Amino acid sequence: MLTAPFEFRRASTVNEAADWLQQGTEVKLLAGGHSLLPLMKLRLAAPAMVVDISGIPELHGVIAHDGVVTVGAMTRHVEVVKNPLILAEAPLLSQTAAVIGDVQVRNRGTIGGSLCHADTAADLPAAVLALDAQMVVSGPDGVRKIPASEFFVAPFVTALGPQELLVAVEVPSMPSDAVSTYLKRPHPASGYPVIGVACWVGYGGATVRLAITGIGPTVFRAAEAEAYLAAHGLNSSSIGEAARLAAVHAPVEDDITGYKRQLVSVYVSRALQHTAKGKN
Amino acid sequence: MPQVMGQALKRHEDIRLIRGRGQYTDDMTLPGMVYAEMVRSPYAHANILSVDTQAAQAMPGVLAVFTGQDTKDELGLIPTAWIPPNSDLKMTPHPALAFDTVRYVGDAVAVVIAETPYQAQDAADQVQVQYQPLQAVVHPREAVEDGRPQVHAEIDRNIAFHWTVGPDLDAVFQQAEVVVRHEFRQQRLIPNAMEPRAALAQYNNATDELTVWVTTQNPHIHRFLLSGILGIPEHKLRVVAIDVGGGFGSKIACYPDEVVASWAARKLRRAVKWTETRQENFMITSHGRDHVQEVELAGTRDGQIQAIRVKAYSNLGAYLSTAAPGVPTILFGLIINGAYDIPHASADVYGVVTNTTPVDAYRGAGRPEATYLIERMVDLYASQIQMDPVAVREKNLVKAEAFPYTNPFGLQYDSGNYQGTLKIALDMLDYPKLREEQAALRKDGKYIGIGWSTYVEMCGLGPSEVAGAVGFQGGLWESATVRVHPTGKVSVFTGASPHGQGEETTFAQIVGQELGIPVEDIEIVHGDTARISMGWGTYGSRTTAVGGGAIHLATQKVIEKAKKIAAHKLEVSESDVVFEDGMFSVAGVPNRQVSFQAVTLDAYLAWSLPEGVEPALEGTAFYDPKNFTYPFGAHVAVVSVDPDTGDIHLMRYIAVDDVGNIINPMIVEGQIHGGLVQGIGQALYEGAEYDTEGQLLTGSLLDYAVPKARFFPRFETAHTVTPSPHNPLGVKGVGETGAIASTPAIVNAVMDALHPFGIQDLPMPLTPEKVWQAIQQNQGGR
Ligand SMILES: Cc1cc2nc3c(=O)[nH]c(=O)nc-3n(C[C@H](O)[C@H](O)[C@H](O)COP(=O)(O)OP(=O)(O)OC[C@H]3O[C@@H](n4cnc5c(N)ncnc54)[C@H](O)[C@@H]3O)c2cc1C
Repeated sequence: MLTAPFEFRRASTVNEAADWLQQGTEVKLLAGGHSLLPLMKLRLAAPAMVVDISGIPELHGVIAHDGVVTVGAMTRHVEVVKNPLILAEAPLLSQTAAVIGDVQVRNRGTIGGSLCHADTAADLPAAVLALDAQMVVSGPDGVRKIPASEFFVAPFVTALGPQELLVAVEVPSMPSDAVSTYLKRPHPASGYPVIGVACWVGYGGATVRLAITGIGPTVFRAAEAEAYLAAHGLNSSSIGEAARLAAVHAPVEDDITGYKRQLVSVYVSRALQHTAKGKN
Repeated sequence: MPQVMGQALKRHEDIRLIRGRGQYTDDMTLPGMVYAEMVRSPYAHANILSVDTQAAQAMPGVLAVFTGQDTKDELGLIPTAWIPPNSDLKMTPHPALAFDTVRYVGDAVAVVIAETPYQAQDAADQVQVQYQPLQAVVHPREAVEDGRPQVHAEIDRNIAFHWTVGPDLDAVFQQAEVVVRHEFRQQRLIPNAMEPRAALAQYNNATDELTVWVTTQNPHIHRFLLSGILGIPEHKLRVVAIDVGGGFGSKIACYPDEVVASWAARKLRRAVKWTETRQENFMITSHGRDHVQEVELAGTRDGQIQAIRVKAYSNLGAYLSTAAPGVPTILFGLIINGAYDIPHASADVYGVVTNTTPVDAYRGAGRPEATYLIERMVDLYASQIQMDPVAVREKNLVKAEAFPYTNPFGLQYDSGNYQGTLKIALDMLDYPKLREEQAALRKDGKYIGIGWSTYVEMCGLGPSEVAGAVGFQGGLWESATVRVHPTGKVSVFTGASPHGQGEETTFAQIVGQELGIPVEDIEIVHGDTARISMGWGTYGSRTTAVGGGAIHLATQKVIEKAKKIAAHKLEVSESDVVFEDGMFSVAGVPNRQVSFQAVTLDAYLAWSLPEGVEPALEGTAFYDPKNFTYPFGAHVAVVSVDPDTGDIHLMRYIAVDDVGNIINPMIVEGQIHGGLVQGIGQALYEGAEYDTEGQLLTGSLLDYAVPKARFFPRFETAHTVTPSPHNPLGVKGVGETGAIASTPAIVNAVMDALHPFGIQDLPMPLTPEKVWQAIQQNQGGR
């Protein structure tokens, strides 16, 4: 459990971090370290240089304006759980962050780190996908925004360029009538989600969002179920069909026994039931 | 003087352990200390073609790189220390560093010694080993088939031993009204002590003494084995186990790592430290269980069990570990009748070597394998003859009048009232009412299950005569010295080697009670071959029964001598002196008295001692118990199963145990809780998996589910107390009961819940996916 040798740098601006990233391919950014350091200690990752981005002021802070909450990439999970702006504007994000790992993990881990690491079984990708968030990314060509739906490309692969870093996540405010649920089935060993379903309903039921993490190669939306619920309303009789649609269309792999689709069905159904209860 | 025996005193050791002041082997730092890192085989089975150490040797900070070629003529082989009689056991030559063949993933082929742990690891990554991979074999029953890869050239069909006990029972089975046949898989488990293993060795140039600090449950056995392997005589070898963070059996064995660190320390004249990573712990530290059992039970239609027999294939891994051969034989086969009066029994065990991590004792060691087998078979039998499983148990449990009870293999169960614990459990549960609730719930499509386990186990390992008779290459007595210092403070030296169990407290309670002095005045010293003359260590729930027995006897010797001095001081004859609550007084004249401390000072000053009494005050005893002890009890689990997900929810768990006399109820409770969690872990969560090439698929805490506190309800515990007549304290042992009893209780409960689906058995661990899938396949039964 000892890392290979590496050079350590502390960046104080986004540009400085970007400069280090342009030094070569073997550079890794360090945020909360709760995914990167275990990999390095197991020598599954051996970057030549590690750049600590925790001291970059632009990556910190949570602000709300024009119907959007902007969450700095360095915002720790614990802050996402408690931040009044996030709780008011995008409670689904807080609900999700609240069940990540344990206290120590939430105290150190960051939203940016979790999203950029893009573990198949991470919790937060489900929330940002369900919330149609935008990733604000800075790179050699300036700043660009990547919708959450395009950000998670494959297990541990994002749309982030090799010389880009995530600056913030822009989350559209949820409507005032929104009700949301994040339902997680923790793995008995790791505590990561075997499946996590993020869902919310709003605008009088016209908008239903269902994003599922853990069980497919990447996080995905249950688009067919969403459409069905938008058309039929969220009620006890529509939930069963929505769950069935979600399971049938889920992009799960290696599901020889059918258990994964079963879990999709059960967890979508339970998440929707929970949401429907909160709606009344 | 308040009563201290039987009190729930807080643990002495926690003052340091909880505050992070404990001292574990890896916490030690010595001047000039350097670090060892092993180069390990990534293959389960391969020939070593070459080992190129040149690049590694040139790395910064590297003192030396040694390979199996360097050590093979300088080090003895690592032996097993248990050779069951009538077993035809063949040794598995185990060099500390492999030089020709590697036999499991993690087998060490070289060691790098460097100034810092980082440098050692960097250089280890640069050691180039060329392997010629060979086919591997991992499953114990497959390994004995013709044409399978051979793990050791000298071991035909991978059968390291074949051990049988009991007569031929074909006739009994042929005539039986009911025969139940079933095959069980005891999956492989990974002990996962909180503290990984570590060793630190230092050679003293002036005295030629080697000191080895090592994570061990039995320092004197370690010294014994290391002495043989290293060729260093015992009086020049000191083994120290300072704080040890749990073992569960995995720190009994002598491993290559401490051998290599010791050898290198002597070679380089530098202190050498080796510390295992959690990854290595999964890979190289001994695993537990791993049997295939073909079991048959014969009985009558009205529930009388007549015979039980088993043919078991026990996976021992690549080499026979220190205690390994005794686990699936003596500690398993001899007690397969469990708590039941079954007239006929036999066991037939193949000890099989495979290309996997060596398997050795793991909490319960053999007895969980036996208990699972009999407790599951009783339920399958009950179901077949359509009797309530409790009724079958009641009918077959050894009767209270029958003690001492001799089981079919000649074990003498010491004392008990098995029906007594069962009765309490039945009452706590309100069994009839729960059965009604269960029936009602089933109608609503809700599935709860009730599972019983009325177990007995044998522990308190000793006496030595039996150790010899069963092939254990050591004694099983224990030593104790109670040294009273001039001021009346006491140091107790014990040959037992507690490593988390709390005996620094319970032992102090024994001595405090008997001498009538505050427990704060007593220090329990253990785990150091230089301070303790001899001892056999902590395992097999023997520490209090045997180690405590020795302490009791040594304390009595102190009292005997002190009494003589007190009589002299009080100017009466010894027979007129009574000792109570730390005071010697003249019988009938209670105000003529002298304190224990005053007598102690007299003993040391020696100004005026009675004729023939030597100065100073200490007692030493070497105690060999009369026999094993047999804790027992009744456990019952209530579970619900969610047919949609296969999730099992543990609703209640009741444990009624009889562990003999109880010295500290809080510590006993803690041991029971810990045991339950490990046993339930086996039933529901834990299971090591290998692929066909011998790669461990569950190699980390990310995929191997050690149970968490939040998985459990509040355990409901109760006790009866039936003292053991086999030792002076009347204690039985409690370290393993929970792990032994709980596994079948849980599985019985789940199978009871799944009864409407026609499901009789599923292999452990009962993961939700497995349960769900079985329900799917048996939907018709609903
Ligand atoms: C014991 C344990 C349990 C856990 N349980 C869970 C769980 O239940 N659910 C869950 O979702 N997660 C879990 N995690 C992961 C945890 O949430 C991590 O904190 C998170 O995945 C990574 O965030 P970090 O800030 O620690 O990132 P780091 O480890 O510092 O970085 C992770 C990766 O992202 C890159 N990176 C970080 N920030 C940026 C940025 N701004 N721009 C570009 N790249 C960046 C890094 O270079 C690195 O490759 C667990 C972790 C541990 C150790």
